[in-house]
Amino acid sequence: MTSPALSFADQVRSVVARHRDDRGALLPVLHSLMEELGHIDPAAIPILADELNLSRADVHGVVTFYHDFRQTPPGRTKVRICRAEACQAVGGDELVERAKSRTGVGLGETTPDGAITLEQVFCLGNCALGPSVQVGDRLYGRVGAQQLDRLLEGAA
Amino acid sequence: MTSEPTTVYVPRDSAARSVGADQVAERIAETAGPGVRVVRNGSRGMLWLEPLVEVATPAGRVAYGPVRPDDVDGLLAAGLLDGAEHPLRLGPAEEIPWLRDQTRVTFARVGVVDPLSPDDYVAHGGLAGLTRALSLTPEQVVAEVTDSGLRGRGGAGFPAGIKWKTVLGAASELKFVCCNADEGDSGTFADRMLMEGDPFTLIEGMAIAAWAVGASEGYVYVRSEYPDAVATLRTAIDAAYERGWLGKRVLDRDFGFDLFVRVGGGAYICGEETSMLESLEGKRGMVRAKPPIPALEGLFGRPTVVNNVLTLGSVPMIMAAGAAAFAGLGVGRSRGTQVFQLGGNVARGGIVETAFGVTLGELVEGYGGGTRSGRPVRAVQVGGPLGAYLPTSRFDLPMDYEAFAAAEAMVGHGGVVVFDDTVDMAAQARFAMEFCAAESCGKCTPCRIGAVRGVEVIDRIVAGRDRTRDLKLLDDLCHLMTEGSLCAMGGLTPMPVRSALTHFPGDFGATTEERR
Ligand SMILES: Cc1cc2nc3c(=O)[nH]c(=O)nc-3n(C[C@H](O)[C@H](O)[C@H](O)COP(=O)(O)O)c2cc1C
Ligand code: SF4
Ligand code: FES
Ligand code: FES
Repeated sequence: MTSPALSFADQVRSVVARHRDDRGALLPVLHSLMEELGHIDPAAIPILADELNLSRADVHGVVTFYHDFRQTPPGRTKVRICRAEACQAVGGDELVERAKSRTGVGLGETTPDGAITLEQVFCLGNCALGPSVQVGDRLYGRVGAQQLDRLLEGAA
Repeated sequence: MTSEPTTVYVPRDSAARSVGADQVAERIAETAGPGVRVVRNGSRGMLWLEPLVEVATPAGRVAYGPVRPDDVDGLLAAGLLDGAEHPLRLGPAEEIPWLRDQTRVTFARVGVVDPLSPDDYVAHGGLAGLTRALSLTPEQVVAEVTDSGLRGRGGAGFPAGIKWKTVLGAASELKFVCCNADEGDSGTFADRMLMEGDPFTLIEGMAIAAWAVGASEGYVYVRSEYPDAVATLRTAIDAAYERGWLGKRVLDRDFGFDLFVRVGGGAYICGEETSMLESLEGKRGMVRAKPPIPALEGLFGRPTVVNNVLTLGSVPMIMAAGAAAFAGLGVGRSRGTQVFQLGGNVARGGIVETAFGVTLGELVEGYGGGTRSGRPVRAVQVGGPLGAYLPTSRFDLPMDYEAFAAAEAMVGHGGVVVFDDTVDMAAQARFAMEFCAAESCGKCTPCRIGAVRGVEVIDRIVAGRDRTRDLKLLDDLCHLMTEGSLCAMGGLTPMPVRSALTHFPGDFGATTEERR
């Protein structure tokens, strides 16, 4: 029998092993961990430090520097709304306000049922077809109030 | 009777997909059956017409758009496959004036080819640049790129050939070519569209750069906000290895080049080249002080070329057609074409690749057709979040690095974001400071703390209690940030702030006296 703690450590180590040959492997490793586990559990930090021959402070510093890496589990679906200038010009901010009131959570927060994590993002590269919203990996353009509601309902 | 299936093109570009291109493609494939071959091309860049469907006919590719999934049945019934009349019919794609009047060099193949077909790539002139480069010495390739006048398209406009010469001259058994595909500037999407629409061009450009400077390893640093571009590039790189365009013997020559894709972490500052290098090394994206320059001590301390996607993506064409063809386009010291990107509140947004020297007004009113809302244009921001806001009275400005610098603005990565008359310029200035505060790497105080103060001061100016004093304070703060910042994040944030204040002073409230 493997204890859950051991299996977590093994999981982390196997991710590291896959990136053994990568130069400066920490970011690819963290991205893989995010993909597989949804977040970087603080318990992974000492294991990563040990495996990659870094200090815990280094690993912690990297995890906290980048907006993409989170240390708590996210909701099942990430909904990211563009707040950058080109989307502001076509009502992106109103969309953010609507999403907040519809879900009842603020930016960076997860709904109590764990369905949706609402996030802001600065540009999705869809600036001619804003306002832009990303649901999971999927991009949506010219998102109006009704489509936003549908996207949020679909994610709930 | 069997005949060749008709080819129908439906873009796979994520902008096209964002407005339903996948559903349109599925619907066409389902309804039309085996008589149709659906090719997922890149986007032509006429984004307001997406999803733009094209049909190959004996008279060329006929375009229809914007096509909604619900339109498909009607289109097929009307004779879409023969290029027949329909209210959505736009005529031959390449004769649509918006596209016809452009000079597509870097984007020559985007929207035309199947981005993931190596055969298509070669059939449309791919590899001609690399083949020629490999027949020349590295010195000759560097000279050719220098003679073309190609300047960095990432923002700073540094001559590419001079950078390459420095790397070529640096002695090291290990050198790198790094492509900056972080494209963090709001209002820009050309890097993404090239990576999704013609990834082999970038791969070829990087291989040419590697040959020219003596590098054996390359990295494309793509922002994580672009999952489709990451996937397309990875697939294209695998195909390039299979064909021998990458690997131990590139095009069967005694030249090895390995290429890897790395994904960013959602930090705007990682577009700054030294921050990007730190990130590629697996560290926090803290900006490095220069010198040493990356060309001499870059990735892992080795000589490194860092260039933008469009810079590297222009190289194959330059090597194929020769420096003179490229240098023959443009004005002054801005040679060649620039891939401008029209976004925001614009009626006809998308990619306008044209020689430098086109005016801002021609872009916004000519190509762009004014605002999407139908209201008057009030301001445009050129060059991303660190670029200036300009009023319509500056529409005479030619798009040219030097002319923009003289107007206290910048061309940057070529993004043009349009706002109508409902825009509140004080709010835009405040956002510039807010963005800097959120995205500062934290290394220097004027940027990290200054931006937070900037937000507060602008709020106070708008509230109008001691406006004269606060305006002076904001000016001092901008001065401090401009002078005291290590990189352009803190150093250029004052540009949108000051330009908003200069051109739209009325938006910043009035003093108590003025209000009386
Ligand atoms: C805050 C900041 C963000 C930047 N973001 C990008 C970017 O997203 N893409 C890019 O190519 N260059 C960006 N740059 C410019 C790079 O530092 C660098 O000049 C460029 O990658 C060099 O390539 P080029 O000469 O081909 O333009 C940024 C610079 C700063 C200061
Ligand atoms: S100006 Fe800002 S982003 Fe640039 S190095 Fe200084 S703190 Fe970092
Ligand atoms: S500004 Fe929203 S997608 Fe670019
Ligand atoms: S000081 Fe770094 S300026 Fe920003």
